[in-house]
Amino acid sequence: VSVAPMNTIRICMGTSGISAGAEDVADAFTRELERHGIADRFQIIRTGDRGLFRDVLVDVTVEGEGTTVYQYLRKENVADIVEQHLVGGTQVKKFVADSDYEDFFAGQMRIVLGNCGLIDPESIDDYVASGGYAALEKALELSPEQVVETVNASGLRGRGGAGFPTGRKWQFCRDADGKRKHIVCNADEGDPGAFMDRSILEGDPHAVLEGMVIAGYAVGACDGVIYCRAEYPLAVKRLVHAIEQAEARGYLGTDIRGSGFAFNISLMQGAGAFVCGEETALLASIEGGKGIPRTRPPFPAQSGLWGEPTVINNVETLANVRHIIAGGAEAFSAVGTEKSKGTKVFALAGKIRNTGLVEVPMGTTIRDLVFGPGGGMARKRDRFKAVQLGGPSGGCLPESLCDVPIDYESIAETGAIMGSGGMIIMDSRTCMVDLARYFLSFTVEESCGKCVPCRVGLKRMLEVLEKIVGGHGTKQDVAFLRRMASTIRETALCGLGNTAPNPVLTTLRYFPDEYDAHINEKECPSHACADLVHFEVMADKCTKCGRCKSVCPADAIEWKKGRAARIDIDKCIRCTACIAACDFAAIR
Amino acid sequence: VPDMDRLEEIVKSHGDARGGLIPLLQDIQKAFGYVPEKAVELVARRLDMFPVEIYGVLTFYAQFRLSPPGRHSVRVCQGTACYIMGGKQLLSHLREKLDIDVNQTTADGRFSLERVACLGCCGMAPVVMIDEDFHSRCTVATLDQVIEDYT
Repeated sequence: VSVAPMNTIRICMGTSGISAGAEDVADAFTRELERHGIADRFQIIRTGDRGLFRDVLVDVTVEGEGTTVYQYLRKENVADIVEQHLVGGTQVKKFVADSDYEDFFAGQMRIVLGNCGLIDPESIDDYVASGGYAALEKALELSPEQVVETVNASGLRGRGGAGFPTGRKWQFCRDADGKRKHIVCNADEGDPGAFMDRSILEGDPHAVLEGMVIAGYAVGACDGVIYCRAEYPLAVKRLVHAIEQAEARGYLGTDIRGSGFAFNISLMQGAGAFVCGEETALLASIEGGKGIPRTRPPFPAQSGLWGEPTVINNVETLANVRHIIAGGAEAFSAVGTEKSKGTKVFALAGKIRNTGLVEVPMGTTIRDLVFGPGGGMARKRDRFKAVQLGGPSGGCLPESLCDVPIDYESIAETGAIMGSGGMIIMDSRTCMVDLARYFLSFTVEESCGKCVPCRVGLKRMLEVLEKIVGGHGTKQDVAFLRRMASTIRETALCGLGNTAPNPVLTTLRYFPDEYDAHINEKECPSHACADLVHFEVMADKCTKCGRCKSVCPADAIEWKKGRAARIDIDKCIRCTACIAACDFAAIR
Repeated sequence: VPDMDRLEEIVKSHGDARGGLIPLLQDIQKAFGYVPEKAVELVARRLDMFPVEIYGVLTFYAQFRLSPPGRHSVRVCQGTACYIMGGKQLLSHLREKLDIDVNQTTADGRFSLERVACLGCCGMAPVVMIDEDFHSRCTVATLDQVIEDYT
């Protein structure tokens, strides 16, 4: 970024950086630079997170020398970095980012995440210097119709999950009758396993504001509302700050950049209801009520907030808009597949080596993602068993399907959905039946209770799954699950209910053996279901490392150096902590 | 007994539009740690609503509490990544250790225990949030240690 001087220290300070101690590291840098009398030569820039979880990540850029990336820094290490590197001119090798770091970024195409981890999200100057708000200036010179056309031609589709063409949504709203129209940014990122929106909001909040103003201009809206999860306090703080700055600079307000176009943005915090990610529920929540979905049509583009035409776009979708306007529809649609254009951000988590956010062109295969930026499994000997896509509405795909290209249609064919981009990698120790049970328990908990299929049907399915993982499954259960799942899919009122059976259906489809084992043999092949585990150490597999003993909260494990562990069944509380800790699958 | 002056001040600082109900309740909770019964009556009058409608909203959303919380809120993430990485064990451990169930407060008023659907920090799983602090890659042992800092 050009506004920064040549000597900079960039510290990644999103939620994850801060939780790892980035504030302390920043303070230590300030202190040490002053102690050595070189504070005026270095600028400390507090950025958002970069997407890779390496505790505290710090870029040190020295004029004429280039940039060194340090990882896993603690405040105690800062004195060494300053003394040896900044004063002495020698890198501190121990903390220099490894090849994993390079692999993680090498395989990506970072457009939406381009600024995250580089610019100061609390500085509008940094954003403008990186090309920010140029797209808005350009859009204001075009006619609103031309803006809608450009977005339409780009082929951008909603990144929140359903993949509806953004340009068409805008067109519907533009064509709708109504004096007042609204833009709503859906930042209620509730899918467990997805955190790209949080990172974008924390790392590049102005990009989302710019997308909203352009959308507002295109459809003729008077204002915008960002509905952000209250669980994201830092994102909320940075958004509020960004809105104030944009108002002060005239990117928001009654006469935006002298164009005569008026548009304001307000922020509302969600109150913790997963269903509010559904657009009609979200609108009900903004209006002050319970977040309960209603039937569509009418679609929000015709009758949305306060009964007025409303465009609802998700964070990542809006963050794409400025690139489309600035770079043109053609450049945007040159990336991706025939029907899915551009890039998509995925959140890699679970049993994978590099957890974090990756942005890749649509059409990349799951395998390339997992073994490229993801770096493969967390531990070399783990077997890549399955990947869970799209959160509780998505599905579990087996390793054999991982050469499927990631685009909306190909993923839908497998029975999963693209969803918001959560991708949880699982190894042989994750039980697929228990995972299906977990997702259903989540959707049962989060069902708003308005329609019977979702309120009652999901609960019945959950009871059957609990029976199966508890070792009481019967042969009829699978048929029941299938029948109930298809009924709910066809009859539930909103997207939450329609898609809630997907985790059960996909695990039934791809992992039928695991259901059989639980039902017929009363065994859990992954040794994960506590009721079906014997809590026995297999002496031939035990490496006598003692890790199980160190994690046992009930002190039920007898172990001495050089001796295989033994579990005292009377003391054991069947928590399975030992099984999770055992690197050698020696407990069954 | 809640400070009624403070309460009235908060209610007055908001408009009387129904659309403002949730932000108003959030502000009340921020000030008091929970939404007291008195507040519900006051808000109902201000927004011309029935108290039962407000209770409907309060109990629909996970964020709102109707009783005073402990000094520290312990929120255990049960998102997918955390679940797979051991969040389930952390929750059951805390239940035993603190001797309370989810949404309850310890007898000494020190901790309240909550489960949260996803904190959006899946890369640091499993995560436990105590007050505003995120604790990443928790194990039963590290959690036991961390929790001692909150007195």
